[in-house]
Parts: sequence; structure tokens; C-alpha cells
Amino acid sequence: MSTRHPPPGRQLPIVAVTPFPRAAAGALRDAQLRANLGRATRTIREKRAAVVAEVPDWEQLRDRAARVKDDVLDRLPELVDRFTRAATAAGATVHHATDAAAANAVVTDLVRAQGVDRVVKVKSMATQEIGLNEALAAAGVTAVETDLAELIVQLADDTPSHILVPAIHYNRGQIRELFARRMPGFHADSDDPAVLAGAARDYLRRTFLAARVAICGANFAVAETGSLVVVESEGNGRMCLTLPDTLIAVVGVEKLLPRFVDLGDFLRLLPRSSTGERMNPYTSIFTGVTPGDGPRRLHVVLLDNGRRRVAADPVGRAALRCIRCSACLNVCPVYERVGGHAYGSVYPGPIGAILSPQLTGQDAGHNATLPYASTLCGACYDVCPVKIDIPAILVHLRQTGPKPAAERAAMAWLGWTMRDRRRWRAALRAARSGGRPLRVLGRRHGGRLRRAPWPLSAWTTHRDAPLPAEESFRDWWHRTHDS
Amino acid sequence: MTPELTALFVARAGDHHAGVHPCTPAELPGLLATLLAGATAVVLPAGTPPQWTARLGPPTLPGDTLTATELDAPGLAVLTGCALAVAETGTLVLDGGAAQGRRLLTLVPDHHVCVVRAAQIVADVPDLVIALPDPTRPLTMISGPSATSDIELNRVEGVHGPRRLDIVCLPPG
Ligand code: SF4
Repeated sequence: MSTRHPPPGRQLPIVAVTPFPRAAAGALRDAQLRANLGRATRTIREKRAAVVAEVPDWEQLRDRAARVKDDVLDRLPELVDRFTRAATAAGATVHHATDAAAANAVVTDLVRAQGVDRVVKVKSMATQEIGLNEALAAAGVTAVETDLAELIVQLADDTPSHILVPAIHYNRGQIRELFARRMPGFHADSDDPAVLAGAARDYLRRTFLAARVAICGANFAVAETGSLVVVESEGNGRMCLTLPDTLIAVVGVEKLLPRFVDLGDFLRLLPRSSTGERMNPYTSIFTGVTPGDGPRRLHVVLLDNGRRRVAADPVGRAALRCIRCSACLNVCPVYERVGGHAYGSVYPGPIGAILSPQLTGQDAGHNATLPYASTLCGACYDVCPVKIDIPAILVHLRQTGPKPAAERAAMAWLGWTMRDRRRWRAALRAARSGGRPLRVLGRRHGGRLRRAPWPLSAWTTHRDAPLPAEESFRDWWHRTHDS
Repeated sequence: MTPELTALFVARAGDHHAGVHPCTPAELPGLLATLLAGATAVVLPAGTPPQWTARLGPPTLPGDTLTATELDAPGLAVLTGCALAVAETGTLVLDGGAAQGRRLLTLVPDHHVCVVRAAQIVADVPDLVIALPDPTRPLTMISGPSATSDIELNRVEGVHGPRRLDIVCLPPG
């Protein structure tokens, strides 16, 4: 069982340090970001819709996948044990980490034991979640991100803004300028994406050939066989999985699948939901070590970091079905406008809004504001390949989390007023007479109220409110029918 | 392994921007020679059938002993077979068996030519995971050449894996 919350002093990169509304307001002022995001999410959305429509039994696939994942959550300890035994028998060493600090310590020790100060990395959400690169840096080890977008973000000392296309907030000119400043040996004067990708290829090829330790995550871990699955496009994953002598995989326990054949459904769901492809260019499946092919040492760090606690929440646990496809980001009207950074976590968008606060506990930083980062429109639920009812979990977290003071005050007042008919009528009249001067102002804003007095101001900070009607229905009825 | 599955595989692999070349067994040596004519050398994994190499022009190198740095030599190509292939997704599946070799061989060289027999083609991924002879072998599923869309969503081929993938497809029977 993991510690309840991350130790104070060191914030995990899944803790929002700014309340979502304030971070979002900042992002909304960035027109370039909005344009890039709009184009990216629209393109991927359309590709996804086309390839999903090709699969006649898509809905059954989603149902099956959701059931398999729920079964995994029901049997986590048993499956962790099975995976551990199978992987160990195949030549891997399996470590169990209850929290981020434990996982970082295990990985750092393993890297140190190889006597290197540089490792290559495949994009992995789990290692971002625990802040592994920062922990390695503190130990004097440089982790080189090898996914092109992650490399861009790393060279810029920035953080990813999308799970699948982390550098979507950069344009080609900015990337060329960045490479010229930060990439050793770069000297191209074109910002053609093919030229830029070619430069990254040359730079990383040298890095791969020299690397002795690689760090990866996994999209799936098969309990039955002890196999790990890495899904990718560029081939940097394959480089990391096969060239270095030592491979360290950091895998969240919820990535487990019971049987090898379960991969059949999940490998159909993931690429179509994620990049909108029938299949991604490269998928590697490996089990322990194979003499003469690939690394001679494989370490698997199974990470809990709050997952078992989340699995115990009957409503919230469904968030752990997530296979990180990012489809929910691409359809989210809030994400499309504010981008990933506003969520203050490596997990952005709808999934971030339900996962970050659950992994950390809602009292961590400003994570309690994340479940409000949604209009509850339900588009995320419709596209989710493992059928996570994200809106239901958002509502659940709003109900169980700390309430803003203004909402508490407004609800208490409303409850008191509505319990008594006379109080209610008096309140309506007061609202109407109070609304009169507002109406004069409101006419200029199309009959909407831009800013109401506290506590209702909490509502109007982010939206307009309709003005109170000049007459209530009840008063109108009395006036026109009773006399 | 029906003609329909083969046709679907050919179409879908083509969608991934791989070169796809259906051919008869008699045409095979000549076709492979044409595809590989521009290579400085052709890497061959253990177990490559002799008829595949009968007419190759460039020198051949045994894949067993080459290091990653040697495989990185400019102009190198690799010729392999596969374990299975998936029609629905146009995917090649390699498991390190005969005529496939270590995973490095199909990763570091810039040009990969893969021979698929129609009998190796299964319908979809669920069929694949059942048909795999041994799922614990190191498996690589390849669907088109390596690609990225990380810069303004522009597709660029050949980031780290081979920039060119040619699939030669032998008919059923
Ligand atoms: S919540 Fe569903 S749609 Fe969103 S990333 Fe996870 S699996 Fe994909």
C-alpha cells in the first residue's frame, strides 16, 4: 500500500500549482497555441473517426476492453504476482515501487550500478508522472528523450502539452531556432520538417550507438507471459529496446493484462483511437531477455503511486482503465482552447482532470480545481476506447472534493431560502428590484449579466448570467387570472 | 490465406507508404535483385533461402555477427522474411526466426526488403495473437516505414528505422 500523498517538499509533476481557471485564462491569451491546437485536434479527430468507422464491432470491442481492465483492477495483487513470476522466469528482474520516490530511487541505483552518466529514454507517461528525469539529473545522470517531440520539449526546457503530440505548441521556425541553439552538431538553414527530422535522426543515431542504458515505459504488460509491449511510430523505441545492454522499464500496475490474447483487442483499439491509424508503424513485444538479441539485463519497475488507492474507489477506479490514447483530449472543447499546460500535470485534458486529483488526493496543490475543467458534454466518454465515463467521475470528484467557499455559501443560502415559500417569494422580488439597475446595464450586453455580487460572482467570473425576469410566472398568473 | 486476404494485405500495406510488390515464385529472384540493386551491401539473416539471393548484385553480409555500428554503414539494405502478416492492418510480424534474425537487423539499415508468403497472412490482430507460434520470442510488428508527425503534424518518413520498406508478396499455393 502506498503512502497517501506525495511527501511535502517535492511536488510531483501531476500536482497543479495554479488553479485551473487562472492557468486557463493565461493560455486563452495565446492565439498561436489555440490555432496550433485547433488544427492538430481537428486533424487527429477526423483521422480517428474514419478508421473507427471501419470496424463494425467497435462498440463490442470497447465493452470487452472495459471488462478486461475492470477485471485487472479487481485482481491487481494476483496479476502483479503472476507477472512478476513470469517475467522473472524469462530473465527479467522485477521491482515493486509503492510511490514515486521509491521508483526513482530504484532506477537511479540501477543506472549508477552501470557507471553511466547518460541514458536514452523512450517517451513514457509513468516516468513523467514520477519526475524521473529530474531525479536522475539530481544524481548527475542526463536522460536524453528520443521521441522527436519529447526531444524538442526537452531542448526547450519546456513541458509537453499533449500526450501524443507533446510539441504541438511549437511551429517549424521555432523548432529550427531551438535546434540551432541546443542540438550539438546542428547546422541546417531550412525549417522543412523533413530536414529537421533528419537532423534529429543524425544526432540521436550517435546517441543510440553510444548508449549503454535505456529507460522505457510500456503500453501493456502481460501477466500470463511476463511480456511488455511498446507501441510507437518513429523507431526510437526499438533503438532503446534493442541497442543498449541494460533496459529499465517503468510500468504502472494498471497496464497489466491477464492473458497474451487480450492484446488482440487492445492493439486494435489503441492506434485507431490514438493516431487515427489502423496500426502504428512499430510495436515491440518482448519477454525477459533473449540471448544474442537485445539487452542482456532487463529491469521492470512496477509502479503503484496511488493506483491501488484509486482502484478501491468504486466510481473513480474506472480512470485506471485508461490506455493513454489521448482521444479524449482531441474531442474536448475545453482542452482544444486551453491546451495541456493549463492542467498543471503531465496528464492533461479530460483524463488528466480525473486522474491527477485521484492519484495525488484532491488536497494536493490545486488539483481539486481540475474536476471543474469540463463542461460535462460527454464527448470524451463517446470516444474513449475503454469506455471510461469521464463525466460521471468528474461529478463524483466534485461531490467528494473540497467545495469552493463561494459555492458553499451560495448553496447554503439557496437551501435556506427555498425551504420556505415566503422567503422564496421575497427573494425573487428582491432579485427583481435589485435587477432593475442591472437591466439597464445589461441591455448593452444583450440582456446578460457580466458580473454579479459575491457569492454569485463565483459564477459570473467565467460566464455571463441571465438577468432576473421583470416578473415571476407566479406574479404574472396572479395579475392576469386572479383579479 | 485466401486470395481475398492477400489482396487486402497488399492494399493495406500500400496505405502505409510501403512499396508492395506481388510476384510469382519464378519472378522472385529477379524482383529482389531489382529492389536491392542500389544497396552497397545486403545483410542476410541466418536461414535465408538461396533462391532469394540467386541474382543479387551487391555483396551480401551475414547478419549474425554484425554490430550496430557496422549495420549503420551508409547504403546498407537488409533482406528478410517474416513470421506472420496481418491483412487488416498491412502489418509484418517478425519473431527472430529463420530468415529474420536479431531485431537490430531490420532497424539500423536504411532499406528493408521483406518477403511474405500468402500462407503467412492472417485476417486481423486478434487472429495474429492466437496464431503466433511462441509469443515470448522478441516480436516486432512493422506497419510501414518509420514515421513522425511531430512537427506541425507533417508526416515525415524514416526518423529512426529504415526510411524505405519494400514488401514482396508471394501468391497462395
Ligand atoms: S481516458 Fe480513454 S480516451 Fe482518454 S486517454 Fe484514456 S483511454 Fe484514451
